[in-house]
Amino acid sequence: MSKQKQQQQQTKKPKKEVTKQYEQYVKQFTPKPKYFSNSAKAFIVGGLLCMAALYIQNLLIDSGMSEKDAGAIVTVLLVCLAQLLTGLGVFDSLGKFAGAGVFVPITGFANSMVAPAIEYKKEGPVLGVGAKLFSLAGPVLVCGISAGTIIGILYYFMK
Amino acid sequence: MKNKLGKQTLQFPFLPRIVGSYSIVGEKEGKGPMAKWFDMILEEDTFGEKTWEKAESKMLKQAMLQALQKSGREKDEIDTVLSGDLINQIMSSSFMARDLSIPFLGIYGACSTMTESMIMGSMMIDGGYASNILVGASSHYCTAERQFRMPLEHGNHRPPSAQWTSTASGAMVLSADDKGDTAVKQGKNQPQGQKLREVYLSHATIGKILDTGIKDPNQMGAAMAPAAVDTIVRHLSDMERSPEFYDIILSGDLGMIGRDIALDLLSGRGINLNGIFNDCGAMMYDKKQDTHSGGSGCGCSASIFCSYVYDEMRTGKINNALLISTGALLSTISSQQGESIPGIAHAVAVTTKGVI
Repeated sequence: MSKQKQQQQQTKKPKKEVTKQYEQYVKQFTPKPKYFSNSAKAFIVGGLLCMAALYIQNLLIDSGMSEKDAGAIVTVLLVCLAQLLTGLGVFDSLGKFAGAGVFVPITGFANSMVAPAIEYKKEGPVLGVGAKLFSLAGPVLVCGISAGTIIGILYYFMK
Repeated sequence: MKNKLGKQTLQFPFLPRIVGSYSIVGEKEGKGPMAKWFDMILEEDTFGEKTWEKAESKMLKQAMLQALQKSGREKDEIDTVLSGDLINQIMSSSFMARDLSIPFLGIYGACSTMTESMIMGSMMIDGGYASNILVGASSHYCTAERQFRMPLEHGNHRPPSAQWTSTASGAMVLSADDKGDTAVKQGKNQPQGQKLREVYLSHATIGKILDTGIKDPNQMGAAMAPAAVDTIVRHLSDMERSPEFYDIILSGDLGMIGRDIALDLLSGRGINLNGIFNDCGAMMYDKKQDTHSGGSGCGCSASIFCSYVYDEMRTGKINNALLISTGALLSTISSQQGESIPGIAHAVAVTTKGVI
C-alpha cells in the first residue's frame, strides 16, 4: 500500500484523493490528543475558577452591593488576575495545563490582549501595541458580535 | 555536464574541505540530550539584546566569527558569506552580514537552508570562484513563534504533532585550500593530541519540491517526509550507492513523527535505514522537555551538523555521512489562503576519505 502511495506522491499536483490517503496514512503515526484528561483538567480548573468568582460575588452581595455591581467587580478582578499572570509569564503554563478551563472564561480574553501587547512592545506604542493589541481578540469579537446580531434579528422576527 | 551524476546529484572533484565550525544553542536546547556537543549554550535566549531578532542576528554573527577563528583564517580571506534564516526578508542574516563587511549572498530554503548554503558554497569553491566560504543558518524560537504562530505569552494548547522551533545557529568555513591540517585547535569533545581527520564535501543532491497536500502547519514532519524520502532515494540511485555506504543518514527537522513516516516510506521502497537514519529535530530535545514531536527550524540541522556530526567525523567515529536539511516552504499568508505545504530536502554527502 505504501509503495503505491509513493508513486502517487510523485505526481506534481496532488489530487484530493491522494491527499486524503496520505492524511489517513499520516494519522497512524500521530499520537492522539488526550481528550479525556484534557477535558477533565479543563472542567476542574474552569469550574474552580468560576466557583471562586461566584464566591466573591456572593460575598460582595452580602455586604450590600447590588448584583449588577458585584458582577462587574468580579469580572474586573478576573481580568486583572489574568493580565497579571500573563505579565508574570505564568498564564501560558497554566493554559497548557488547563486548556479551555482558563481561556473560555473571561481570563482567556484578557490573556489574548496582554500577550500581543507584551510581544509587540518593541515595534512601538502605536504601530506595535496599538495595531496588534486586538490581533487575537479582534477576530473573536468580530465573529461573536456578528453571530449575536444575526441571532438577535432572527429572535426579533420569531418572537 | 562532467560534474553532474544522474538526475539531481552533483559531485565536487576538488573536494571542498570543512576547516572550522561553530554552534550556538539556546537555553532549552542546552538542556537537551545533544548539549555536550554544542560550542556555546546561551544562559538567556535574549543574548543580552533588546529584541529577539537582534538576539538571533547576534547568535548567527557569533557562530560565523567563531567558526572563522577556529578555521585559522582571517576575515579578508573569506570570499563570500552564504546565510539564511526563517524571519521575513531573512532579517537575521542580512543584519548579521551588515556588521561583517564580507560579500554576502542571502538564501532562503526555510529549514533546508543549511545544506542549501553548503551546496552553493561547495559549488563556488569547486568552480574556482572562491577559496574560502562562510556558510551558516539560524533560527530562534521567539522570532519564529511570533512570526508564524502566536505571541509567546498566549496560553494556547499545542497539538501532539507540533514541533518546537529550535533556538540555534551553526556556521562552517569551507575551503579550497588543502594544504596541511586544519587550524582548528580542538573541538569540545576532541581529546587532546588525537590525530584528527579532514572532512570533505564530496557530493550533493538538490531536492525538488514535493507537496502531498498537507495543510496543517502543525504537521510539518508529515509535510516534509516525502521530500526527504525522494531526495534520499534519488541520491542513492544517482550515486549507485547502497545505504550501507553511510555510517549515518541524518535529516534536518522531520521530528519524531516525520522520522517514523520517512522510515516507513523508505522501507516501502525496499530501503531499510533502521539504525543508520536519524533526525536532528528528533535528537534535539528530551521527551521530558515536552516539545511534542521534537525540534524544527534551520538552526536544528545547522547546529547538529556543525557540532555532533563534524566532531564525530574529525575523530573518525563517522566516516561517511549524508546530511539532509528539510524545509517546509510555507509562508504566513499561504496557510491562511488555504494552500498546502510544499516540502523540500537537499542532501550533502560528507566524507573523511578524500576520494571520490
